[in-house]
Amino acid sequence: MRRRLVAALALAGLSALAATGVAQARDLTVVSWGGAYQDAQRKAIFDPYMQETGRKIVEDSWNGGIGALRAKAEGPPTWDVVQVETDELVLGCEEGVLTPLDWEKLGGKDRYIPEAVHECGVGNIVWATVLAYDGDRFRDDPPKSWADFFDTKTYPGQRALRRGPRQALEFALMADGVPLDRIYAVLRTPEGIERAFRKLDSIKGDLIWWEAGAQPPQLLASGEVVMTSAYNGRISAANRNEGRNFRIAWQAGYVYQIDSWVILANSDRKDEAMDFVAFASRPDRQAALAMLIPYGPTRVDAAELLPPEVAADIPGTPANRQYGLFFDRDFWVEHVEKLTERFNAWAAQ
Amino acid sequence: MEAVAPTAPDLARRVRAGERRRRLAAFGLTLPLCAFLLVFFVLPILGMLRLAVSNTEMAETLPRSTEAFRTWEGGGVPPPDIVDLFARELAEAHRARSLARFATRLNYEEAGLRSLVLNTGRRLARAQPPFSLDDLAAIDPSWRDPGVWAAIRRAAQPWTDLYVLAALDLQHDAEGRIVRVPPERAIYLDILGRTFRIAAVVTLACLVIGYPLAYTLAHLPERHAHLLMIGVLLPFWTSLLVRTAAWIVILQREGPLNELLQWLGLIDRPLELVFHRPAVYIAMTHVLLPFMVLPIYSVMRTIHPSYVRAALSLGATPWTAFRRVYLPLSLPGVSAGCLLVFILALGYYITPALVGGATDQMISWFIAFYTLQTVNWGMAAALGSILLLATLALYLLFARVVGIERLRLA
Repeated sequence: MRRRLVAALALAGLSALAATGVAQARDLTVVSWGGAYQDAQRKAIFDPYMQETGRKIVEDSWNGGIGALRAKAEGPPTWDVVQVETDELVLGCEEGVLTPLDWEKLGGKDRYIPEAVHECGVGNIVWATVLAYDGDRFRDDPPKSWADFFDTKTYPGQRALRRGPRQALEFALMADGVPLDRIYAVLRTPEGIERAFRKLDSIKGDLIWWEAGAQPPQLLASGEVVMTSAYNGRISAANRNEGRNFRIAWQAGYVYQIDSWVILANSDRKDEAMDFVAFASRPDRQAALAMLIPYGPTRVDAAELLPPEVAADIPGTPANRQYGLFFDRDFWVEHVEKLTERFNAWAAQ
Repeated sequence: MEAVAPTAPDLARRVRAGERRRRLAAFGLTLPLCAFLLVFFVLPILGMLRLAVSNTEMAETLPRSTEAFRTWEGGGVPPPDIVDLFARELAEAHRARSLARFATRLNYEEAGLRSLVLNTGRRLARAQPPFSLDDLAAIDPSWRDPGVWAAIRRAAQPWTDLYVLAALDLQHDAEGRIVRVPPERAIYLDILGRTFRIAAVVTLACLVIGYPLAYTLAHLPERHAHLLMIGVLLPFWTSLLVRTAAWIVILQREGPLNELLQWLGLIDRPLELVFHRPAVYIAMTHVLLPFMVLPIYSVMRTIHPSYVRAALSLGATPWTAFRRVYLPLSLPGVSAGCLLVFILALGYYITPALVGGATDQMISWFIAFYTLQTVNWGMAAALGSILLLATLALYLLFARVVGIERLRLA
């Protein structure tokens, strides 16, 4: 009798184990930047994909960082497709954290702008980090340059930048009078780095740091800051969806760059992931996304589908190209870890 | 058969045996707890202490060079056979895409070595062995720098003090001596000091608010005391995140608090609270207050009113009666509350992360940064170990001064 009970218990335990095994069979997990941007992606890409293929997608969001990718790649597979910034793409590919893509499925490399093509990633948007402020607070004399951002006498109040060295150092040098085409040449020298940190140091007491792209519009809306760096699309989305009157100072100078879709090397659903990336890269999907949030498409044939009034809000287009600085991928791949360490020490002191 | 009455020594033995059995059974009942503590508390802590000095990255990616570097005595540049072996393994590891792990580890020794190793590996993978120092120097002249080879030799050892030193703002110089890191990179001693300072301020604030509150609670008639108690416990049961988020709303620049103060005319422009230190103090004090009130209250309940009455009837003023009689009797609760709040506050992460700015982060923020953002387990473990040891030392000091037997945890 007792032995039978033990056997029954063991059986129950086994079936419980088997049940968890079944529960672990997961759906394709797609990871992006959250907030208004991911809402737009859901409408333009995720939902249509699920309708067209009948497959399910699970969403997650993150705030970037090569370390987060490394951590995901070391553990059991939980993320499949991730949207990353350029330096994460290059480092991740080099380290074997990402998987090479099948460019046949993506329609061939020549359909894309050259910066969007990489062994392990396909560019999906052109986006910019810009200087933004609330138009309702500055009726007469709005900030026009990064020098104004660093001028706390004329424009008192707190301001916000993205936590970390990326873009912050570029903006600091812009404010210090370095012309756009010289920024990275200056940053490549130790004196240039010192100069950028010194400039940041000059307003350290009035600086707060954001991490998620959804934060800058909130900080502007709550009046916590008078101006902030922000992703251009989030500013447009806040105006469109929440009736705000936020403005972008394009002429102050902005840093624009390309985000890419990548597939993690430890994904156990690589084929499905590749199908998703191919779907998301279709010209009609890229154009649909740009209509919802003004980030530029990376496919040449998607740009042609956009009406001119949408194109005007998109970074890197003729209307505002002269103010844009293209993010130097090689510089940041080489220096991001060292400068992040330096930045953390500086910010915490 | 007739029962035989036991003789005296026999009885004593049986009583002893019975007691032993009972003690064993009682101990058996604590076994699950002991096993739980061992698996989920003791082992992870030992694992963390080990990670803080673990040095396996090079041994796993470049096993043969690691052996060779361990036999090399150091100083200058290693002999040609070790250089050749090292270069061959770099090329192999590049092809296997496993080089990044070693490169990342080496970069902790000195920033910049990561790209040196990766670039060299990439170039070597396309070249033909054997390799000499000149081949390496042709790719990058840094390979002639003895400091680089000294760093590799340190990475090859079975254990490392790198992370523990770094967590104390120390490092090895080129000759292997332990020196302070340059001031622009020194942060962790400051952060450790800040962590203890914030915990101390929060503990003090909790005590100042909590003691009178507990006194009121203990002396109100039952019915009102219950109501007030719910007022203490309700926030205690509310999610930490909800309370923290609520403080962001209340304390923000155009939030209710600033508007109230401006309306009252106490300030003429809004105070900067959220993302600054005051918000951290306010939110943490609010979150931790119940941990102060409950132990003090439970001790105060046991103080019989006749003690104070006796003091008063013997001619003491109310203040003297409180100071000489009531306060000493309530001290066990006060020490328990302070210890609880202080130690909980030391490990706080989410509240300062949400309401504080970059200069208000406590040591946990950096532990999270190293585990989640850069995946530098060594650094995270070293910071964690230092926090653990500092807390233990403080606890022992406290036990020594106050006496642990006087603690009453509710």
